[in-house]
Amino acid sequence: MIRAVMVISTQGKPRLLKFYQFQPPEKQQEIVRYVYAALSGRPDNVSNFVDADSIFGPATRLVYKHMATLYIVFAFDSSENELAMLDLIQVFVQTLDKCFKNVCELDIIFNFNKLHTVLDEMILGGQVIETNCDQILKHVDDIARIEKSSSTKSLMPKSISSRFGQ
Amino acid sequence: MAAPPSSTTVISSASSLADSLFQRSLDDLIKSLRSDPSSESVIISRAISEIHREIRSTDPLTKSIALQKLTYLSSLYFTSMSWAAFHTIELLPSSSLHTKRLAYLAASLSIHPSTTDLITLSTHQLHKDLTSLSNSSSSSPFLPSLPLQLLSLAASPDLSTHLAPDLVPLLSRPSPLQPKAVSAAYRVLSLCPSTVPVLFKPLVDCLSSDNPLTVSAAVGAFCELSAPPNDPSPYLPLAPEIYRVLVNSRSNWTLIKVLKIFSRLVPLEPRLGSRVVEPICQFLRESQAKSLVLECVKTVVTCLPTHTEAIQLAIGKIKELLSADDDPNLRYLGLQTLRMLAPQHLWALEENREVVAQSLIDPDRSISCEALRLMMAMTLQGNSVEICTLLVKQAAKSDPEFANEILDSVLTSCAKDFYELVVDFDWYVSLLGEMARIPHCMKGDEISRQLVDIGLRVRDARPELVRVARELLIDPSLLGNHFLYTVLSAAAWISGEYVEFSKDPMELVEALLQPRTSLLPTSARAVYIQSVLKVLTFSCNSYLEESGSAVNNTVITRMLSLIEMTVGPLAESDEAEVEDRVRNLLGAVRLVGNIKDHSGDKDKDGMIYEVVKGMVHLFSDEMGPVSTNAQKRVAVPDDLDLKENLADLSEFISDDDVDNATQFRSKDSILLYPRNHNASEEVELGPTRLAESTSLEEHRKRHGLYYLSSDKEARESELTEDYPLVNEKLLPLNGDTARRVKVTKPRPTVVKLDEGEDLKTSSSLSNKEEAKDDALSGAIMDALLGKNGEGPASAFDASSSRQGTSKDKEREIKSKKSEEGESKNRHKGKRRHRHRKEPEPGVSASQEKPVIQDFLL
Repeated sequence: MIRAVMVISTQGKPRLLKFYQFQPPEKQQEIVRYVYAALSGRPDNVSNFVDADSIFGPATRLVYKHMATLYIVFAFDSSENELAMLDLIQVFVQTLDKCFKNVCELDIIFNFNKLHTVLDEMILGGQVIETNCDQILKHVDDIARIEKSSSTKSLMPKSISSRFGQ
Repeated sequence: MAAPPSSTTVISSASSLADSLFQRSLDDLIKSLRSDPSSESVIISRAISEIHREIRSTDPLTKSIALQKLTYLSSLYFTSMSWAAFHTIELLPSSSLHTKRLAYLAASLSIHPSTTDLITLSTHQLHKDLTSLSNSSSSSPFLPSLPLQLLSLAASPDLSTHLAPDLVPLLSRPSPLQPKAVSAAYRVLSLCPSTVPVLFKPLVDCLSSDNPLTVSAAVGAFCELSAPPNDPSPYLPLAPEIYRVLVNSRSNWTLIKVLKIFSRLVPLEPRLGSRVVEPICQFLRESQAKSLVLECVKTVVTCLPTHTEAIQLAIGKIKELLSADDDPNLRYLGLQTLRMLAPQHLWALEENREVVAQSLIDPDRSISCEALRLMMAMTLQGNSVEICTLLVKQAAKSDPEFANEILDSVLTSCAKDFYELVVDFDWYVSLLGEMARIPHCMKGDEISRQLVDIGLRVRDARPELVRVARELLIDPSLLGNHFLYTVLSAAAWISGEYVEFSKDPMELVEALLQPRTSLLPTSARAVYIQSVLKVLTFSCNSYLEESGSAVNNTVITRMLSLIEMTVGPLAESDEAEVEDRVRNLLGAVRLVGNIKDHSGDKDKDGMIYEVVKGMVHLFSDEMGPVSTNAQKRVAVPDDLDLKENLADLSEFISDDDVDNATQFRSKDSILLYPRNHNASEEVELGPTRLAESTSLEEHRKRHGLYYLSSDKEARESELTEDYPLVNEKLLPLNGDTARRVKVTKPRPTVVKLDEGEDLKTSSSLSNKEEAKDDALSGAIMDALLGKNGEGPASAFDASSSRQGTSKDKEREIKSKKSEEGESKNRHKGKRRHRHRKEPEPGVSASQEKPVIQDFLL
């Protein structure tokens, strides 16, 4: 399974973290620190795989892509194929790119919820459920549309109506 | 406090109105965090205290924004939000989809049964959202995916049991939600085996769904369920279903997972191998997808090693991967798959040794580490010299971290199974010396342990050990490196203990007493001084016996004056260990001081001779390795009463002695004990010893017990056969490689005391895991055997009859034919027949189920 999806800036700041096996915040911080140290020490033009046994357990690995100011990192175990994971990162990046029209770090910083929506349409509980980026986008857009219509329906009364209703 | 309830409400609603009017949004928070990164912690703690207030608001919007900010801070700035679990659950039922989604996101990121049991409070809400589609047509079709996500991340066994029935309709109805339901069902199932009767059959049915995404998710679920440390055997009966996916699916993602499942099933049922090998070879030949090809290679290498054609294809593909100069990823994976060939197809590794050696100097740490592991995997007795020399040379050129990693691998694999890989110990000992000199070497402890260990275990290696030790000792520059202190201390011990192999004792004493030894820590210094004493004793003895040509009058004179001059000042040392030994040494120097006037005066010489002889005796005891289990193996005689008489001895044995002994034992990894302690007893038999021995004598007289043989013959035989017996049993080598071993000189004997010396038992480790796993696999076995009333067994019959689509049949026949052809060619028909007659006991699972039997025959 996929153990975690992380987006970390080249400054070492986490921009998106999703762990598919629960980790308490302190442990999360430790993981980010470890992963950043492992990745920032690597030169360009080397392979995209790094062993992660010491942090995610035996036979786990990280696959990452360095894009501009971001590291996009997936952690996975022996039930996943390395090259497939590399492809999955590509799918994720492409989807974000289409979603935000030339994605940059700022998009990722200011769209916390949307990022999670995209990710959740692609991976659920560590299992890949969709790999077609157009399909993912379609689902994300659908959700946004439905959300909007449900909130416009009740935008005005929302806070006030509940107050009067009490 | 005293205010009436109504006024509290007014105040709180007024304050929450103010909150909602002036509340900062998530964007505001992010902007303020970005505007002043230096005061981040101040901003966060201010925001948290705001959130504490806002999240108690009665206004759902205010509350949800507060929760959103908190989720953000918790997820990316690691602030705790366990205190807000209740507020999170409070927002789950919100009528606004936006708020609901925020609440679900917050819950999935922060709530877990291991930290809070509040999740149970949400059971009803999750049930409502999961079944929302069937209850009201107006609700959003995406609604059930929210509880599915939460379930997959934060399910507790309790929650799983309650909600499993709600998953069934989602699993069985084709919809975009189906794949998500499959993934969530897998998590629920693996967490709570009691849900197997409810969820397993719908999950199996998903394998034959029309929606490729559902099939993919279902295959993924079974891939996880069969993954180690789980037991894959309960899924053997699913082989026909999964095989159908293998031949029908067009999705590489799905095929990869199918192959992973088969790589776990084939070792359990070798006959499956001949079924899957055909499609796998086809993929290997035709597929353009590198990920699928890689998976095929892995499957072949791990579980189809006897299928020659497949192996050939796989090795060809590995070579392609290795030669991908422009893509480090492929080279990395090539090395990784090559390592999987290690025990069985070593020739393939040897063929690619050049590439592997080249990869050692790759700038990519992942590649160079993988190459290192490969190098170690292909190390045998025959090539260990070549490979280890190459590696140590490489270590000298590498950066500190990798250098130590190389040294670590070399040291561990060479020392494994009592230096099984090492034939030429002279070479290995000098390699150890070389390793110690590599800059940044931090493996001093292990190197010194092995140096001493080899000294004890391998007699033939001692001359070379002494030579290596000398080189280490005479180099003053090494004394500045604190990582080497243990190595130097081992070298000093060796040159003292085996001084008879030393060519120039005077030089040795000079090295041991050089000025820079003052840099050494006390423990090492004590060993140095003790070694000087041993060297001095030896030199005097050989001078007196006039056998050693290297030692003459001037040498002894110089040695004595050097010792007095350099060691003298240390007699006042603050360190007890050093001071003690210095005094011993100076005492000895004074005793033999007159030796230089050795002139033939019988009386005088005779006395000195006696003294020296006695001291030589003192150090002549051979040290041997002691098994860590030695004490345990001595059976306690039934009639031994330890308390009765030995209590008298207590006055002789102070607590200090016991403490010291245990301290040393725990500190040293190697236990040393003098073999022929009788000799030493004669020399230093003091009054206490005498008293001790008399009380022991009395004890013996009374009980007629002799724990230690004390008669002359026994003692003599002890002396001659004193050295521990050699355990010469070596592990069998591969016939192929054994032949290639060119032994230029016979391998010296290595003393081994028992095979289990270094073995650890790991049985207790995995007990808990096993128990849980057993529950799951047991439940699945039950489900498959249809023990739960109208079980899935009927489903299998149905599905196996459904198998008869014309396309399938064609394929089936085709592969059967080709198999038959193969078996005829290889004269395996007979074996097949036997298989049918007497199935192995290991595959009892398949015997009970006719489904798989039909599939295989």
